[in-house]
Amino acid sequence: MENQILAVCLPQQGSLPSSAFEVLSVAKNLAAQSQGKVFAAVCGDKAQTLAKNLSVSGVEKIFAVEHPALATNNDEIHAQAISKILEGNKFGAILFPGTIFGKSLAALMSARLKAGLAVDITEITMANGKIQAKRAAYSGNALATVSVAQETALFIVLPMVFPQAEKNAATPEIVPIPFAPQEAKMEYVSFQPEASSEIDLGTAERIVSGGRGLGNAEGFKIIRELAETLKAAVGASRAAVDAGWITYSHQVGLTGKTVHPKLYMACGISGQIQHLAGMSSSSTIVALNTDPECPMMKTASLSVAGDLYEMIPLIVAEIKKRRGG
Amino acid sequence: MSLHIVVCVKSTPTTVNIAIDEAAGKIKTAGLSFAMNPFDEYAVEEAVRIKEKNAGSSVTALSLGPDHTEGVLREAIARGADKAVWLNIPECDAHNSYGTSHALAQALKKIHAESPIHLVLFGKNASDGNAGVTASQIAGWLNWPAAISVKKIDSINAAEAVVWRAMENGVDVLKLKLPACVGTLKEINEPRLPSLKGKMASKKSVIPKWTAADVGLKAEDFSGVLEPLKIEKFSAPPPRPAGLKIEGSSAAEKAKKLVDILVERKLV
Repeated sequence: MENQILAVCLPQQGSLPSSAFEVLSVAKNLAAQSQGKVFAAVCGDKAQTLAKNLSVSGVEKIFAVEHPALATNNDEIHAQAISKILEGNKFGAILFPGTIFGKSLAALMSARLKAGLAVDITEITMANGKIQAKRAAYSGNALATVSVAQETALFIVLPMVFPQAEKNAATPEIVPIPFAPQEAKMEYVSFQPEASSEIDLGTAERIVSGGRGLGNAEGFKIIRELAETLKAAVGASRAAVDAGWITYSHQVGLTGKTVHPKLYMACGISGQIQHLAGMSSSSTIVALNTDPECPMMKTASLSVAGDLYEMIPLIVAEIKKRRGG
Repeated sequence: MSLHIVVCVKSTPTTVNIAIDEAAGKIKTAGLSFAMNPFDEYAVEEAVRIKEKNAGSSVTALSLGPDHTEGVLREAIARGADKAVWLNIPECDAHNSYGTSHALAQALKKIHAESPIHLVLFGKNASDGNAGVTASQIAGWLNWPAAISVKKIDSINAAEAVVWRAMENGVDVLKLKLPACVGTLKEINEPRLPSLKGKMASKKSVIPKWTAADVGLKAEDFSGVLEPLKIEKFSAPPPRPAGLKIEGSSAAEKAKKLVDILVERKLV
């Protein structure tokens, strides 16, 4: 297989998010195992500027496709831009971030390139000249090992699993790629930012979630207070969402979002399998519950038996005390 | 304005709590029961709602899978689809989106040639594979536009649809030229239960079973060369390390101990 690896770095609202640096670190790691070379692709209306700021060592070249039509998340125009990069270059692995846009784009490219696609990988290694990747299926209850049997394969990198490539004084060569977009069957009408300043669950390093144990909608006040103190996103169990205490966009679990933060605090969540399916891969799980025998308390890395209405204010005060002192 | 909507559904195990045969590297399928992937109920409901708003429209349910798939297609008819097509290709691995999307795209081409399609709807993801990319991948094969993570179909006519795509930090409003593929979110609607009339229709329906040859695929399309990604094995995820119970004589002591550990582990 080709030893060239392409990391597709997708901007979000004009800058490169953490997912782009995670993809780069995965590419660097794979290259190190295969004596390969890492290349980066940056497409956007200010791609050259973004490329200049991508000072990550070990990157051979950055392909920068700059065009006003690439300012928005138009899948078709971005697919055209990536195809342009691929015209003159061959890659054994093309890595995409596991954002909504990254997933959509990678799937589109997979069919266009007739290349296999592994979605939401959590591990990728080179063994006997073959790339192997692992991904979760059945909501984390099974791990599938996939291997690539072709010259080129596409991988979607699950966010928040891999470290981010560090920036330093490196100045990778920037290769501007001329680009004239063709007519697309998708028109990007507008972007409506999230009304609140809330932290996105999918990319949050810390999440505080509330469940049935809160007893009422008011309970989320105390959850939000703890979340603010921890600079965490607010999550919820299905029971809390179904009760109408908080909107669906906060739901973690099988029918909500799958998250894997460094810290997940489950407050008043008993830990039905459907909820565990969405968060059990979190690095550290803290459970706060009156029932010490519930599944969440048994899954947790740290479990505290107690009344959340009593415990949370004490935890908030304790954190504030350390910051102040 | 009459529209033809296709909804892709999948027959998946009714539980994600599956057992793994570690030696064989396979999922233990014995004793598993199957039903419509829960996320697909929203796609079926959305298709039926569009049909109800646009007189003369019709809904076709399409599914790729083994024997237990037929029941899921009958369920789609009970929920309001007019007809169904069962694509049966044993070579297609349920966990490999490449072959699955290729086969479904071929079936859609055939359906489109018989009765032009305006919109193809999908659930958020399958409860077994969890990938959530089939809508975009199929669109790639067909050169149709696609949007996944759609929480609202704002408007639709025979030529175009405006959809709201929920992103990490907001909503993309997109106009898609039809035909297009759309992956839906649970937020899009509240599915109704099958009606009595639907159940009757479901029983009477004759569901055609298409093979690989019926959709223009040959055996070599699924051989090693063209199936570019291979599932080597399934294994159980590593167990979580044993947890630590935080004890204390008072709530304040427990809070202090917890924060101590969080600080020590650099989580705060």
